[in-house]
Amino acid sequence: MTQGTVTLNPTVIDQDNAAISPEILRVDDVSVALGGRQILADVSFTIRAGEFTGLIGPNGAGKTTLLRVILGLQRPHAGSVTIGGQPRSPRNQPVGYVPQKVLLDPDMPMRARDLVALGLDGNRFGLRLRSTQRATAVTEMLHAVDAERFADERVGTLSGGEQQRVLIAHALISRPRLLLLDEPLANLDLRSGQEIIRLLARIGREQQIAILLSAHEMNPLLPVMHRVVYVAGGRAASGSADEIVTTEVLSRLYGHRVDVLHVQGRVLVVAGQDGGDDVPAEPAEAG
Amino acid sequence: MHRLYTAVFEPGFFGNGQVHVAVAIGGVVAIVCAIVGVFTVMRGQSFAGHSLGDVAAAGGSGALLIGLNPVAGFVGLGVVGAAVMDMIGVQRLRGRDLATGIVLGAAIGLSALFLYLTATTGATTGATQQVLFGSIFTTSSATIGVVTALGGVALAAVALVHRPLLLSTVSPDVAAARGVPVRLVGVIYMLALAVSVGLSSIAIGAILSTALLIGPAAAALRLTKRVARALGIACVIGVLATWLGVLLAYDSYYWGSAHLSLPVSFFIVVVIFVTYLVADAITARLARTATRRREFVSPARATGTEG
Repeated sequence: MTQGTVTLNPTVIDQDNAAISPEILRVDDVSVALGGRQILADVSFTIRAGEFTGLIGPNGAGKTTLLRVILGLQRPHAGSVTIGGQPRSPRNQPVGYVPQKVLLDPDMPMRARDLVALGLDGNRFGLRLRSTQRATAVTEMLHAVDAERFADERVGTLSGGEQQRVLIAHALISRPRLLLLDEPLANLDLRSGQEIIRLLARIGREQQIAILLSAHEMNPLLPVMHRVVYVAGGRAASGSADEIVTTEVLSRLYGHRVDVLHVQGRVLVVAGQDGGDDVPAEPAEAG
Repeated sequence: MHRLYTAVFEPGFFGNGQVHVAVAIGGVVAIVCAIVGVFTVMRGQSFAGHSLGDVAAAGGSGALLIGLNPVAGFVGLGVVGAAVMDMIGVQRLRGRDLATGIVLGAAIGLSALFLYLTATTGATTGATQQVLFGSIFTTSSATIGVVTALGGVALAAVALVHRPLLLSTVSPDVAAARGVPVRLVGVIYMLALAVSVGLSSIAIGAILSTALLIGPAAAALRLTKRVARALGIACVIGVLATWLGVLLAYDSYYWGSAHLSLPVSFFIVVVIFVTYLVADAITARLARTATRRREFVSPARATGTEG
């Protein structure tokens, strides 16, 4: 198995499963330039069904841009994106998407339940008839993300973690095989963040959904992540965390020396000693 | 009982032909504005709605100047204004206020010119009052058909796009990722908005047209957490406020010895304003109750403490 430059070798529980499950997402040599500036260069990786992949990198590395390319919201300069073996198209390959910032007005007359229902048919034109089938699907989805408690509250009045659950349910109700989440942990406290990660890992495993989640901090993801796509300096490397998050690979990506330190089961990425004086430390968790 | 009745409905109210026209046009316009307005408030485009009112003023005054039915001007130029605002970038969050403001300025300038020319050439009397503050009591019954048809088109457009419109209101990116043509949906909605504002201009005038658009919708959004119910409540508030305004304006002739017929738009706007304040007060009270419910362990006790 030789795909791209880095061979996949998941060290986590689902190793056998991952090896036989079908390929869901394939990113081939994608390059993006915005306003004359190169954002991403020759990014390639694949994701299989049921795999939990962390899209890791410092702020401004191009994680959101990469997700937008996969969603078809941003046209790549070069390269291609294949979803489920076919060139991507929003109509025949539904991809679940939880964007980075959704500003929901507290006055918006929309219950959590209604937002989830929009995930089912929010892209359709014309009037809709009431259907019990639809209501049942929504209730089941709310149950799956443990959001029944606040199903009838206005979405805008929910806490950040509760809104995340509703948005995840909204993204999943159309039964996508690929779920993209842009920095879902950014505005959450540590505990809500861990709950969301556990929830996603369970749903991904049970429903064999490929999950690609972007984050600038990888430590909360280490227990559930099968694979890392690390983006820095416009380049990306993919593989298991053990393969990718090393001093050698990351120094090559950043284009300067960075040190990867393991402290009490956590990973710290810091600017290296030699020649790195002018470079600030990249996401490093205190302690 | 009879005395109360005659005190509320002054003589000849139900037999008056102009009242019939006002009630018909006012009802249709109120419903169209209420439904489109709910989406306007949710999308935070009240300023665009107001601006389209000023564009409608330019259209209405231009139509009077060249001797057309002002409805054609109100709606026609409003639609053009909506298209221009889209071109300048009303859909980009950052460009939104800018695009709206530029169009608004140009429209008011045009209105000033047209109204001046109309006044000096003397083609129509009272054009300024009619365009800016409405003419529901002087509109011909032939206009009812045109207003209903245009309102029907606006409502059909909103019904067609309402789900993609809601989704792109929540998040344009999520909508686009689902294959929604976000820009097209936004343009269709803006055109429906322009038509509604044009129709509202006939009833209560171009300057006040946003009141009928925003007021009932804003009050409704305070009272319910479901879009479908908000649409219904906004319609009821809008229609009742309009009809009550018509009644009060008619009655005002009999109020003093001076026999002044006060402007109907004044009464409609006042009723809407008061309704919003009441809705706001009700919401504040409901919110307090909800907080208490959450604080107390026993829900029965929580309801018992309120009132």
